[in-house]
Amino acid sequence: MLDKIGIAKRIAREVRDGMYINLGIGIPTLVANYIPKRLNVVLQSENGLLGIGPFPTEDQVDPDLINAGKQTITMMPGSSLFSSAESFGMIRGGHVDLTILGAMEVSEEGDIANWKVPGKMVKGMGGAMDLVASAKHIIVAMQHCSKDGASKLLKTCTLPITGLKCVKKIVTDLAVLDVVPGVGFKLLERAPGVSVEDIKKATEGKLIVEGEIPEIKF
Amino acid sequence: MINKVVANADDAVRDIPDNAILMLGGFGLSGIPENCISALLKKGIKGLTCISNNAGVDDFGIGLLLKSRQVKKMISSYVGENAEFERQLLSGELEVELIPQGTLAERCRAGGAGIPAFFTPAGYGTEVAEGKEVREFDGKKYLMERWLKADFSFVKAWKGDTSGNLIYRGTARNFNPMMAAAGNITIAEVEELVPLGELDPNHIHTPGIYVQRIFQGKNYEKRIEQKTITI
Repeated sequence: MLDKIGIAKRIAREVRDGMYINLGIGIPTLVANYIPKRLNVVLQSENGLLGIGPFPTEDQVDPDLINAGKQTITMMPGSSLFSSAESFGMIRGGHVDLTILGAMEVSEEGDIANWKVPGKMVKGMGGAMDLVASAKHIIVAMQHCSKDGASKLLKTCTLPITGLKCVKKIVTDLAVLDVVPGVGFKLLERAPGVSVEDIKKATEGKLIVEGEIPEIKF
Repeated sequence: MINKVVANADDAVRDIPDNAILMLGGFGLSGIPENCISALLKKGIKGLTCISNNAGVDDFGIGLLLKSRQVKKMISSYVGENAEFERQLLSGELEVELIPQGTLAERCRAGGAGIPAFFTPAGYGTEVAEGKEVREFDGKKYLMERWLKADFSFVKAWKGDTSGNLIYRGTARNFNPMMAAAGNITIAEVEELVPLGELDPNHIHTPGIYVQRIFQGKNYEKRIEQKTITI
């Protein structure tokens, strides 16, 4: 099994040199900590910054510098600042190479649900619908099953949809999978100590298993 | 140059009537028009429609106007940080329209730029698409979204001059530039009001043409929602 940090570490391996990346709130934010230092990447914050740096020290804290999760941040050398319209212009225009976000459910067609649970307080979609509608490459960080054991990798999403046919890759506590439209969830790797059988049981949508499935090694 | 300086926040909001449609800049509590929110609270006008990315927190920002029951409707992308908001929403006192953040930003931009509608892929196939025209362009589906305009826009800038030219600081810029342009009357409050000629024209973010009133703000709290530190 992978814990949250394990999921973040595994997703960090998908990062390539020269990428502009948008990280969602939660596990996706942790990914930044595990991107190899030799890679030059730029992190986008949809409230108007390219070049998110580390969290500030106490005396660097600046209320005019926050990320999309409203956390205080710093800027890397070479950063740029812009309005929300410009920010979503670069997202909608397909200029951001990689989007990493969390999900409550993903379907075997790559539909994602991550903004609303019926019967619970609706907080809003924020920038999630804009991001998933336009991103070139979307990786989802999520738990494979809910707390009561129900699969979150489904044939079709049961929760209100955030976007259709957009998720390309999923990293869960159990596995790494590609979403192949018209085919299903293609199993790529197993989390340490997890069997293919475990993953089959935890996946409601169609699971494709071809050949030997390697275990993730760190 | 035209002098747009008013004495203070109370003077700036003097003629805002009940049931006005307002835009308020800011993302979370960053870049919000703190002084104008206090003045609206004091003025006590009711039935307001507030277009703002967020709804503040219980005791700061737009949260203050919610608590005093001055807001009839919120148009936002994310409203999760406010318990009073939740209570009013569930009891039916408050109307809420949730809009994808990029769509909200672009609808404001369109309002200021004279573009009545545009097409965006955000929200296609979701409940946001209900009742909206869908068009296909080059094989992809898009929703038609309409412009947004306001009777009054409230923006907060770092520096401004007496003719309303504005410079923002850091990520406190966010929705402020588009909302400045989309307001029939735009009120700018600034941390530092400077004489004409002091701001480098190369560095202006919001040209003064969009601003009708400007004043030197005071007592900025600039509250931080999630203080996060490297140890």
